[in-house]
Amino acid sequence: MTTVLEPPGWKDELTEELDETWHSPPGLHEWISTVDHKRIGMRYFYLGMVFFIIGGVQSLLIRMQLAGPDLDLLSPEAYNQLFTMHGITMMFLFAMPVLSGFGNYFVPLMIGARDMAFPRLNAFGFWVLLGAGIFMYSSFAMGAAPNDGWFNYLPLAGAEYTPGVNIDFYTLGLIFLGVSSTGGAINFIVTILKLRAPGMTLNRIPIFVWGELAMALQIVFALPALSLAAVLLTLERKFGFHFFDKTGGGDPLLWQHLFWIFGHPEVYIVALPGFGIASAIIPTWCRRPMVGYTYIVIGELAVALVGFGVWVHHMFAVGLSNITLSFISLASFMVVIPSGIQVFAWLATLVSGRPKLSSAMWFVLGFIMIFVIGGVTGPMLGAVVLNQALTDSYFVVAHLHYVLVGSAVFPIFGAVYHWGPKMTGRILDERLGKVSFWFMFVGFNLAFFPQHLLGVLGMPRRIYTYDEGLGWDAYNLASTVGAFLLALGILVTIVNWYRSKRNGPVAGNDPWNGETLEWYTSSPPPHYNFVTVPTIRSREPMWDQPELAGGAQAPSEGGRSLTGGHVTLSTSLLDARPQAIVHMPHASPWPFYFAVALTLLFFMILVELWYVAVLAGVASVMTMVGWYWPRHETQET
Amino acid sequence: MAADTHEMTIAETGMPGEVLPEHGVGPRSFAWWGMVWLIATEATLFALLLASYFYLRFRSPHWPPEPIEAPELMLPLIMTAILWSSSIPVHIAEKGIEKGNQKRLRWGLALGWLLGAIFFVITVGIEWPETLHSHFTPRTNAYGSMFFTVTGFHLSHVLVGLSVSAFTQVRAWQGAFDEKKHVSVQNFAMYWHFVDVVWLFVLLSIYVSPHF
Repeated sequence: MTTVLEPPGWKDELTEELDETWHSPPGLHEWISTVDHKRIGMRYFYLGMVFFIIGGVQSLLIRMQLAGPDLDLLSPEAYNQLFTMHGITMMFLFAMPVLSGFGNYFVPLMIGARDMAFPRLNAFGFWVLLGAGIFMYSSFAMGAAPNDGWFNYLPLAGAEYTPGVNIDFYTLGLIFLGVSSTGGAINFIVTILKLRAPGMTLNRIPIFVWGELAMALQIVFALPALSLAAVLLTLERKFGFHFFDKTGGGDPLLWQHLFWIFGHPEVYIVALPGFGIASAIIPTWCRRPMVGYTYIVIGELAVALVGFGVWVHHMFAVGLSNITLSFISLASFMVVIPSGIQVFAWLATLVSGRPKLSSAMWFVLGFIMIFVIGGVTGPMLGAVVLNQALTDSYFVVAHLHYVLVGSAVFPIFGAVYHWGPKMTGRILDERLGKVSFWFMFVGFNLAFFPQHLLGVLGMPRRIYTYDEGLGWDAYNLASTVGAFLLALGILVTIVNWYRSKRNGPVAGNDPWNGETLEWYTSSPPPHYNFVTVPTIRSREPMWDQPELAGGAQAPSEGGRSLTGGHVTLSTSLLDARPQAIVHMPHASPWPFYFAVALTLLFFMILVELWYVAVLAGVASVMTMVGWYWPRHETQET
Repeated sequence: MAADTHEMTIAETGMPGEVLPEHGVGPRSFAWWGMVWLIATEATLFALLLASYFYLRFRSPHWPPEPIEAPELMLPLIMTAILWSSSIPVHIAEKGIEKGNQKRLRWGLALGWLLGAIFFVITVGIEWPETLHSHFTPRTNAYGSMFFTVTGFHLSHVLVGLSVSAFTQVRAWQGAFDEKKHVSVQNFAMYWHFVDVVWLFVLLSIYVSPHF
């Protein structure tokens, strides 16, 4: 395009200059202060995985208790606490953090940005997640973990029937966690709208990034329902307000409505990034662009939108009017269409490409199969008549695990093999990866397929044991064996991760010949992500723009070095034209202090030490002032 | 565009000959977009809260439940006038700093803060105590709980707005803003107008609708 040629060694000079600008000294202070989206993303990932293991151990205990009739490994109370915390942990402390972690790590890389739009908010989100996780898990130390199921129905969860602090851990913990999720969602939206590399117009955004955007939009509009429900329940339990109790003019169904207005979108909050991961892995390993890009993107956004109109299908058995049930049933069937479009687009890409069956691909294939089975039982439960027969039975447990494990866990493990090399710089062992996959795939189906049958045979969910002679014994035993095989498969990948992190083959920039921008930079990427922020001319820039292969698009080709400090490029919303150079905040300990003050505040509200709570509230405000107080090196934003 | 008539701070991007501005306001700044989405999620929260109010109302045979009478309107309407008038000086402050007018910025923010503070004081000093002493408390029934929860949610947002305004005013007196750099002022103004708009729905739902 131009004849300007760079002097030899320009890249090394630039790297040196950027290294110096973005350098941060190691140490404890730096460790709590970092705002690097990759380090924060890794922390989300690791913390989420720790909770995955904890939630997994809980499910193994549950399965051991249910392995045969009349076992008494767990007391009924312990059983209630375990299945409740299993649900809360897997939804809020594993799936959302890990998927946000991949988003945190890869969204800026895939759109060619040097960080997220609000780096300190990003750090804050992680510390709040940690605080909320500690808060909710401290309930076990008090022997009073939440025990009324993850959807916590009233009146059971009211002060009259569950008088301890169990439910206060639930409500306060979720309000607290909501702060983190909302901040994170807004951060994703603004990052994706405003920080894309020049030339990355809307129709060139990678599908994974679309998935994270759809997830973030859902969080913004769905999470307030959960936070509100939790606030109202806290007021009712702690201060004697009336919202859900009949005697005071309240209505327990209000809780169900609010919970599921959040709860159903939550399913897609967990599923859409998983779909996005599949759409990131498939084209790379099939050596061709995704079939039907536009339809997939519209499909994801349509799922996100229609997902707001189906919450009542969780309430088909509570006695609402038939006309309501018909509408919601219809809307629930409608979700099948945009989801189905995505499945067929994946299949078409597989069929028309040259798929290489790597571990990452196996996990994606497993995801498609499991998700489709969950997608078949979905419309079954969306039909009112069948739903009323199967409600609260193990059929529902089977369905939700097929959908959620299918669309979150399998893509996450696929991403571990696909993106792990970018995150650690080392390639994971493929043989162990496949061993892990087959254990997980067989184990999962053995664990959950029989539960469909148990549901049809009438086994209700959430019972801590059952009598002999109901015809449930063999299926339950099979399910328990499957759960252990699944756990074994997971363990293999964990071992694989740590082994390869130390001894695995070095990945290099682009071990799989990927098509998107995360493969443009080194593995793991430097603090500033890219030596030059590239100009994009294709939806698959790494395939269509050979000048990107060297890891630094030359300025004459459109690369921007942006050396004037901690800066990134702001571009226009639709067509990604460069608009401004934005100075990014430096590392700061204040988000950490703020999160600590908030953690203290929530503990004090829990134990009703109001004077200390007020002090913690004042401390929170002070830390916010400290956070926003302008310092010479940052600009006013 | 006022900004175009002034000299911009610009920097090189590293592309030969290309320079870009270093500051953005309005939709060109990240912070502005952050506020837009914060307001989106907050608006959803209020919409759901008011939906819950009407859900409980339509499940109740009488609203307000006897012997509670529909709320008096005089004081709430005066409060409305005070709160809404506070948006005017805030708007003047924002438009002022877009042209670099520090005086308008400082006095506009101060006057807006004063009017908001009067609203706050009337609520916690007169409106709430009167309701509590003569009519009902949050513990009386669902109506009372909703009355105080909805007005309380709104009032907490007024309090946040007053705090953010105070912070912004300190910075304004330090001279932190000018015609190129004032996204914090814009964000505060956007938030404050939002709180005022929410009050319209609170007024109509809590104070006006029980009369019908």
